[in-house]
Amino acid sequence: MGILEIIIITFVKILIIVTMMLLSVSYLVYFERKISAWTQNRVGPNRVGYAGLLQPFADVFKLLLKEDIVPDAANKPIHTLAPIMALVIAFGTYAVIPIGPAVELFGYNIQLVVADVNIGILYVLALTSIGVYAITFSGWSSGSKYSLLGGVRSSAQMISYEISMGFSVAGVLLFSESLRPLDIVASQSGWMWNAIVQPIGFITFVVSAFAETNRLPFDLPEAEPELVGGYHTEYSSMKFAAFFLAEYANMIIASALIVTLYLGGWQVPYIEMAGLSAGLTALIQVGAFFVKMGALLFFFIWVRWSLPRFRYDQLMSLGWKVMFPLSLVNLIWVAVLVMLFN
Amino acid sequence: MNIYDLIFYLFATITVLSALAVVSTKNIIYSAYNLMLTFFGVAGLYVLLGADFLAIVQLIVYVGGILILILFGVMLTNKVNGMPIHTEVTNIIPASITIGLFAGIVLAFFMNTNWKSVTTEFPATTIQSLGKLLMNEYILIFELLGVLLLIALIGAASIARKQ
Repeated sequence: MGILEIIIITFVKILIIVTMMLLSVSYLVYFERKISAWTQNRVGPNRVGYAGLLQPFADVFKLLLKEDIVPDAANKPIHTLAPIMALVIAFGTYAVIPIGPAVELFGYNIQLVVADVNIGILYVLALTSIGVYAITFSGWSSGSKYSLLGGVRSSAQMISYEISMGFSVAGVLLFSESLRPLDIVASQSGWMWNAIVQPIGFITFVVSAFAETNRLPFDLPEAEPELVGGYHTEYSSMKFAAFFLAEYANMIIASALIVTLYLGGWQVPYIEMAGLSAGLTALIQVGAFFVKMGALLFFFIWVRWSLPRFRYDQLMSLGWKVMFPLSLVNLIWVAVLVMLFN
Repeated sequence: MNIYDLIFYLFATITVLSALAVVSTKNIIYSAYNLMLTFFGVAGLYVLLGADFLAIVQLIVYVGGILILILFGVMLTNKVNGMPIHTEVTNIIPASITIGLFAGIVLAFFMNTNWKSVTTEFPATTIQSLGKLLMNEYILIFELLGVLLLIALIGAASIARKQ
């Protein structure tokens, strides 16, 4: 393949991923509202389109047409920069997550991942740690105490939970002996999913993912009764929408990451024994990836509408005194397993 | 000029310009933001040199850890006092003399050193060889650094507890 072809193929992949992300983010909001309605025995949005299916487009149009207000006390350049950073980082993370096996298309052998990076998992961790900046900057630049407190809370929370997240990932890496997402998926063939082999690591990672995405029960950065809206209190119009989109995009990425690291990625156990054609197998596997991801997203929303919010000190002590030691225990457990069976 | 040179100059420009902005802006938050760009530029240069692990660790440690702590300190103290912290320019003459001397020394070394350059294969990944080196040859230094960081952590905690 020449360099031009690689560039074109990569652009097509980026286009597909971004379109899919934007669509799934807006429909995730719709499903969040629907599921919350079911949980609370309501009907939910049902006016725009059949069963309210066009509601996301109406919401986006509403936000686009609203006036963009920047407070006087705000630092304008950084106030504008923060939502851009949030979106760019959220979408950039998806570049290394594989959604399926390599397929033959139009005579090319195409990997179903935008960038096949050999340190992909570290790339994801690096981008999540940069994601803190978007929130910190937005909190600081708004010139409001609620925003500042929300921003500080959020960054403290993310930094704390990054540690247990990193140690949980270390367990996965010990098993796969590689930082490349494709190798990590390949190391979980059959029923050897990491969620089954290292359940403690799976639990600590999922809890940390909830904290990293600022979802309930850990949504203290925007705890409404205390902080109005948290770090995006002073944002309106499309800038607010950017934060909103980034939050849901982060949820999708967290689910995709959990699927890749712990639930066998796109793999369907023992599908090669069914004797299907290569194309059909690939199609089923890509489908399996999205089914797993959808189930996790449902879990995210389900938890939000079932559990109450933690207090801030409870959140911090859970992170440092429970999740961090547990992730260390998991690391030792995996090390012993690898010692015994390799 | 091939594509590697172009990318090198791109990252080099980002690094140098943002580093200049770090020291020349008056607003300390802008400095922090530009420092982030500097780290990005350096990480890009590392990737270009085939040091993938180093590049990502540069981002995780400096951008994700150290810089965010600086920002935290600035943000919180900034609002508590009710007045913005601005960096001031003082002692221009001694500073320029020191920096000029230092730059001269570095430049002299740079010009007079006989740089060795060997053409090698581009390594697919540097992680395995790095890990082996750290765990075998440099294990003592590695562990000592770990102890040093632990001491720093305990020291910080004990200072914070007293107040």
